[in-house]
Amino acid sequence: MKNRIAIAGATALLAIAAATFGAPAAEKLKVGFIYLGPVGDFGWTYQHEVGRQGLVKAMGDKIDTTYLENVNEGPDSERSIEQLARAGHKLIFTTSFGYMDPTIKVASRFPKVDFEHATGFKRAANVSTYSGRFYEGRYIQGIIAAKMSKVGVLGYIASFPIPEVISGINSTMLGAQTVNPNIKVKIIWVNSWFDPGKEADAAKALADQGADVLMQHTDSPAAMQIAAQRGILAFGQDSDMIKFGPKSQLTAIVDNWAPYYIQRTNDVLDGTWKSTDTWGGLKSTLVVMAPYTNMPDDVKKMATDTEAAIKAGTLHPFKCPVVDQDGKTIECKGDGHLDDGQILSMNFYVKGVDDKIPGK
Amino acid sequence: MQMFEAIMLSVIAASTPLLLAAAGELVVERSGVLNLGVEGMMIMGAACGFAGAYVSGSVIIGALCGVLAGAAMAAIFAALTLGLAVNQVASGLALTILGTGLSGLIGAGFVGQRITPAPQLHLPVLTDLPLLGRILFGQDAFVYFSIALVIGIWLFLYRTRGGLVLRAVGDNHTSAHALGYPVLRIRMLAVLFGGACAGLAGAFLPLAYTPFFIPGMTAGRGWIALALVVFASWRPGRLVGGAYLFGAVTILQLHAQALGLGIPSQLMSSLPYLATVIVLVLISRTRGSAGSAAPASLGVVFVPDR
Repeated sequence: MKNRIAIAGATALLAIAAATFGAPAAEKLKVGFIYLGPVGDFGWTYQHEVGRQGLVKAMGDKIDTTYLENVNEGPDSERSIEQLARAGHKLIFTTSFGYMDPTIKVASRFPKVDFEHATGFKRAANVSTYSGRFYEGRYIQGIIAAKMSKVGVLGYIASFPIPEVISGINSTMLGAQTVNPNIKVKIIWVNSWFDPGKEADAAKALADQGADVLMQHTDSPAAMQIAAQRGILAFGQDSDMIKFGPKSQLTAIVDNWAPYYIQRTNDVLDGTWKSTDTWGGLKSTLVVMAPYTNMPDDVKKMATDTEAAIKAGTLHPFKCPVVDQDGKTIECKGDGHLDDGQILSMNFYVKGVDDKIPGK
Repeated sequence: MQMFEAIMLSVIAASTPLLLAAAGELVVERSGVLNLGVEGMMIMGAACGFAGAYVSGSVIIGALCGVLAGAAMAAIFAALTLGLAVNQVASGLALTILGTGLSGLIGAGFVGQRITPAPQLHLPVLTDLPLLGRILFGQDAFVYFSIALVIGIWLFLYRTRGGLVLRAVGDNHTSAHALGYPVLRIRMLAVLFGGACAGLAGAFLPLAYTPFFIPGMTAGRGWIALALVVFASWRPGRLVGGAYLFGAVTILQLHAQALGLGIPSQLMSSLPYLATVIVLVLISRTRGSAGSAAPASLGVVFVPDR
């Protein structure tokens, strides 16, 4: 990781230099982005970059944007965020969970700059948070997977045992169980967000052990390619990965940030920006499902119906009662379903997951 | 039994890039040069290898591009450490940083593209043999080359005069110089060879392992290759064992997880590294003192006195 830090530092300096000296005379709004990975990761960071490009297209020459890629989480990011603020950016999006504390710290030093932190939970007068309800898409994937699996065994490549990943596994299983109560899932934790080789190895191991539908919570299209090689089915993650598995991809959860970026930038231009907490799902199109492919029409219909029901609010993936893997019913804090706090801090598996959460 | 075959195939694929890169670095270190830039040369090999294969449509041309890219990176390192006698550790680290950035730049236009991966050998009867057929006769060219490479390196180091000279340069460059051997030229050739191997190892990733290019896709394999050279106590034979052991532990832990054995995955993920540490301890214990297997002039800058 050492190399990443140095690269990040170097890129940051260059970008700052460009941002500082290349500033035009007219007072344009400057919008900054901090990215975790390279813009070409074809996953998380790539989708944020797509969002930024959407913003540029929509706003034209009303704004200037700058992005810094490969910025490590932790102290390094604090420096990068501060540099963007110093260079005159009035709206700064920090796009990874680990930028949370650095964002809050820098925000307290620049009260006139507005900050937007992705996937975190700490806010301030000039810091908003935003994220996607990706578990909604996972529920649909669970239904499709259970319908399409011939052997009733799903393969799940997981990254780190944090609530977002765990709620994704649970949501998948709850969806799958509505179709096949005896559905099984094999889970491999690769302890990395991004290692194409390892993701491919995990996908091979799952396929070798008989899973015939693969899903992933890691960032590269490696698993999709293995599925294509083996002639089995899979779901894309973060972006539409159809070209890596034209005959394998069933659908993909696509992060669609552009509408949010456009709206928030307009708010700053109008002077109506306020600190908010946005957790958008299918309804607000922050989470979008890639086209449903490689499945018969009845499955496609189930998927679109489920999507419509979630959008309409008549179906919630975590509707009560939710039973954990030991058979204990989870307290229902929301209105007929688990509340957002319970989903955001989820650290248990639902009934039917035959695995242990690592380190628990 | 099908399981055994499946696991072995994955192990071989996971081990091959490590073996290729480590074999090159072993020769470099045997000549007394420590090049920590393996990761940077590998990722350049991956980017240029993919670019070459994508543009030309040929995996072989892609592999050659990877080899050349790795060697070109090594040439920079050689110019710095041998020509200008710059510190090897710092130069190696700088090479990795340069490679990571430059490969991202070169590869940027190729992200999201696909190629047809290297074909696997298929012999009429042999490949279809049960159990060992696909393992022995159904691999891609990279795998066979990696084994041939290690055998070649072993023959060179221990059965040729050139190998003897190279080892002498690595163990005592002053004496070798006094005997009239061109120390810097030998080291330069070794460094270029190491770079070519690292480039090929990098090219293996997008050409055979996961047929697409993504920045940073080597994900630390260059560093593991460096550790393997020490693990093998600078011997080619042990290098094969080490690389395959490392690959096996990596793959087996994934299978153990999928079987739901309930062992914490963090522990499982650290197993390959744990195995490396344990073997290092065992080696140093049997030898009496740690590191005595290392070439004596390893990492020491040599400036000819005349």
